[in-house]
Amino acid sequence: MDQKPTPVRRHHWIVRAAHWLNAVLLLGMIASGLQIYNAFAHFGPRGRPYLPNPWDGDPFPAPVRLGGWLAGGLNWHFALAWPLVLTGLVYLIYLLASGEWRSLLFRPRDVPAAWRMQLYYLRLRREHPPQGKHNALQKAAYSFIILLGVLAVLTGYAIYKPVQLSWLTALFGGYELARYWHFWAVWLFVAFTVVHVLLVFLVDPASLRAMITGWYRGRFPSHD
Amino acid sequence: MTDLSRRDLFRLGLLAGSASLATACGWQGGPLAPKLRAFSRVNDWVGERLFSKNRLAPEYSIAQRTPDRQFPAYARTRGYPRLAEPAGWALQVGGLVRNPLRLTLEMIQAMPSVTYTVKHHCVEGWTAIGTWTGVPVSVILGLAEPTAEAGYLRFDSFDARYFNGWDLKSAMHPQTILAYAFNDRPLGPARGAPLRLYSPVKLGYKLTKYLTAMTFTAERPGGYWEDMGYPWLGGI
Repeated sequence: MDQKPTPVRRHHWIVRAAHWLNAVLLLGMIASGLQIYNAFAHFGPRGRPYLPNPWDGDPFPAPVRLGGWLAGGLNWHFALAWPLVLTGLVYLIYLLASGEWRSLLFRPRDVPAAWRMQLYYLRLRREHPPQGKHNALQKAAYSFIILLGVLAVLTGYAIYKPVQLSWLTALFGGYELARYWHFWAVWLFVAFTVVHVLLVFLVDPASLRAMITGWYRGRFPSHD
Repeated sequence: MTDLSRRDLFRLGLLAGSASLATACGWQGGPLAPKLRAFSRVNDWVGERLFSKNRLAPEYSIAQRTPDRQFPAYARTRGYPRLAEPAGWALQVGGLVRNPLRLTLEMIQAMPSVTYTVKHHCVEGWTAIGTWTGVPVSVILGLAEPTAEAGYLRFDSFDARYFNGWDLKSAMHPQTILAYAFNDRPLGPARGAPLRLYSPVKLGYKLTKYLTAMTFTAERPGGYWEDMGYPWLGGI
C-alpha cells in the first residue's frame, strides 16, 4: 500500500488566482487576436515579399475566433489586455515580494541539473533526479513563459501605438516585425500549454490539485 | 476554507468553460458587445493622454515608397466617387468658428504646404509608405479661429455618408494635413481627389477622403466606421 504523503502548502492564493485568470484571459486574447489577424493574413509591408508564415493568406475559422468581425476582435483584444496586464503585474510583484522567484528563476547553475532531468525524460537515466519545488527544466520552462508573457505584452503595445511608442516599436525591428513576433508568441504559448498540461497529467497529477486548492500531496513534496 | 476556495475555483472553471464555448462560436459578445464598445472609450482616453502634439512620425526616403499599385485604396462608393462639377468644388469650414470659410482648391494650394514621406497604418494590419503634400490643418484653424467651445472637428465627404470625428489635439499635429498630392502627383480619384485628410498619427479609417466640409463642434462627432464599433480615437 502506498503511504499517504503529507500535504504541503504549495501555491499562495495569489499565484492560483493569477494562474487561472491568466489561462482564461490568454484564451480570449488569442481568439480575438486570430480574429484581428484575419483582416490581413500576411506579415511585412505592402509591395514586398511577405515574411515566412505557415498560415500566410489563411484566415482562421470561426471556432477559434472571438469578436465576429475586425472591430469586435479589436474591442475584445483591447479590453482583455487590461486585466491580462494587471494579472501579470500582480503575479510578478508577488514573486518578487515573497522571494518565490528564487525557486522559479532558471540560472546558469541550473544547467547541469537540467541536463540530468533531460536524460531522465529521454529514458537514459532511471531515477528521477532529486528536486525541490520545481526541477531545473521546469525552472527553464516557467522562466521562459514569464519572459514570453512580457514580450507578448511589449510587442502588443509596439503595434498598438507605433508612433507614440516609436522607441518600443523600433526595439522590435519596426511595426511589421513587432506584429510578426506578436503572432509567433501565440504559437509559443500554445506549444507551452500543450506540453505543460501533458506533463501535469503524465508526471505529476497532484500538481493540478495543488494549483486549485493550494495543497500538494504528490511525489515531490520538498519546497526549496 | 479549502472547500470555499474549491467552490470558487469550480466557478472559475465554469467561467473558463463558457469563455471557450463562447469562443467556439466566433462570438461577437452578445450583451457584452455594447459594454466592450463603451470600454473602448477608456482606451481612447488613455490614447489621448499618451498622444503628444510634438512627437513626429518618422519620415522615409522616396526610395522606400510602396509602389503605387501595391498601396491599397478604399471608398464606400462603388468604383470611386467623382464630382459632377469638379470646378464648383470648395471646402466649407464652419461650425464654432469666428470666420467661416469657403476655400477653393486654388486658395488651398496657395497656402503654406508641407510634403512628407511617411508610413500608412491600416487598422487591418498592413502598412505602406507614400509621399503626401498639403496644408497643415493648423493653418486652416488659424484662419477660421475656432471659438472656446469648439472641442472637436468633423470631416465630411462626398463618398456616400463617410465622415470622421477628430479630437482637436490630433488635428493640430504638425503632420495632420489637407492633402492634394500623392507621390508628387495631384490626388487621383482613388486617393480622395480633390482633397483629403491625411496624418501619420492615426489609422487609415480616420483619414477622410473626398472632403467637402470641416466643422468645429462642441459635441464629439462619431464617424462612419466608428459608429459601427471601431475605436473612435484611432490614434497610433
